[in-house]
Amino acid sequence: MNGSNGRFFGRGLPYVNIDDLTGRLIVIEGSDGVGRTTQIGLLKTWLEVQGFGVVETGWARSPLVGETIDLAKSGHDMNVLTFNLLYATDFADRLEHEIIPALRSGFIVLADRYIYTVFARAAARQADPQWIRDLFGFAIQPDLVLYLKVDVDTLIQRVLLSANLDYWEAGLDQYPGYDPYDSFVHYQARLLRQFNTLAREFHFQVIDARKSVEEVQLRLRKRIARLLNIPVVARV
Amino acid sequence: MSGLYYDHQLTGRLIVVEGIDGSGKTTQALLLQQWLAAQGITVFFTEWNSSLLVKSATKRGKKQNTLTPTTFSLLHATDFADRLCYKIIPPLKAGMTVIADRYAFTAFARDTARGADPQWVRRVYSFAPKPDIAFYFKVPIQVSLERLLNARMKLKFYEAGMDIGLSRDPVESFELFQGRVLDEYDRMAEEFGFHVIDAKLPIDAQQRQVRAIVNKTLAKYLKQHRTVVPDQTLGTLQRAIVR
Repeated sequence: MNGSNGRFFGRGLPYVNIDDLTGRLIVIEGSDGVGRTTQIGLLKTWLEVQGFGVVETGWARSPLVGETIDLAKSGHDMNVLTFNLLYATDFADRLEHEIIPALRSGFIVLADRYIYTVFARAAARQADPQWIRDLFGFAIQPDLVLYLKVDVDTLIQRVLLSANLDYWEAGLDQYPGYDPYDSFVHYQARLLRQFNTLAREFHFQVIDARKSVEEVQLRLRKRIARLLNIPVVARV
Repeated sequence: MSGLYYDHQLTGRLIVVEGIDGSGKTTQALLLQQWLAAQGITVFFTEWNSSLLVKSATKRGKKQNTLTPTTFSLLHATDFADRLCYKIIPPLKAGMTVIADRYAFTAFARDTARGADPQWVRRVYSFAPKPDIAFYFKVPIQVSLERLLNARMKLKFYEAGMDIGLSRDPVESFELFQGRVLDEYDRMAEEFGFHVIDAKLPIDAQQRQVRAIVNKTLAKYLKQHRTVVPDQTLGTLQRAIVR
């Protein structure tokens, strides 16, 4: 492997040297219910079979503030500023204690969502886009961003099949008093538009997530195989 | 949208006191509050690091010693944003005077002294409104150290900057870390137009300067909101200070 490109997204971390990162940072982006978790699980097994060390990371899983975020969400005790700052804290904790050390040791880091999710949500909530980009200036640029794209109709059906409508995913903080279903449709449509804009800005590799699990997995593997310079598999 | 560099349009007034630990800024802020309140001004007093939202996380990070300069900075920023939205902006919108014991400048000084990028920290806090008056209580390290040791005999781990490993000796670490913080404050004095008060002076002498500056800077606001003539209250307060 050639190693991660080792570039910060913005102003970076002055006290951390990232010139020696030999691992790869691969990001899977996409709305809730699009099948990210399933796909990441399959990718992890596949990469491990190929002999790569794999570390998974995802939002609100930091030991430092994971609980705080859950607590604040359940109490609806957040506004646009604290929402984004808590997510930034969560991300910084995972970046410095988990992602960078793993990349330094040559692991492949599979990130279940990355800063783009926060950018999309912040934009859907009318936060200042420059502020949010500056805030996450300490992030590392990923080697690859794979975006699982669906249309809003497919997304809604999948979410309704798999889980209940979540207060925040339904954007009920944005449309108080709305019918949860209507609010969900409005908010998710707005979010998808933001993701499509981000996809162009940050050169996401777009994968059509309406295809079968196997088909999506195969397409993901092809992109990753190209990055890692390993043989492309014909089927899952 | 860097709020800190532009005048806010809120009807209230925001007064900030800054300085290193042991500079005596809290004493001065409380005396200022008494004086303003005695004139019939409604004052809201707010302190750094007091919101419930991130208290447990900060405690956890400090206890397990896993805080980095960036997470340390972000936790305080979250806390500040929470306090700003619920405690600082509402009274300012309601036309009250808010006295903030430490403000965003504390973060700029401490986080930069810990190794965070100075421009990044300023951008993170760009949602904060600019204070109408920012006092900086300037004191030499030795004086602040003596005051702190006199009062409680023991230095706190983070106050002494023990987390960044400057020295294993708390006193030496305090001197080195607070020295850096002091340098940052001095650098900011011009950038943000601080009113610098010599915090070695007697308490009442400092307070006279503080009140004179507030009287002059907020003359119009005070005239509109005052219900008691200030000179009557000054005498009683000075007696209280001397005692």
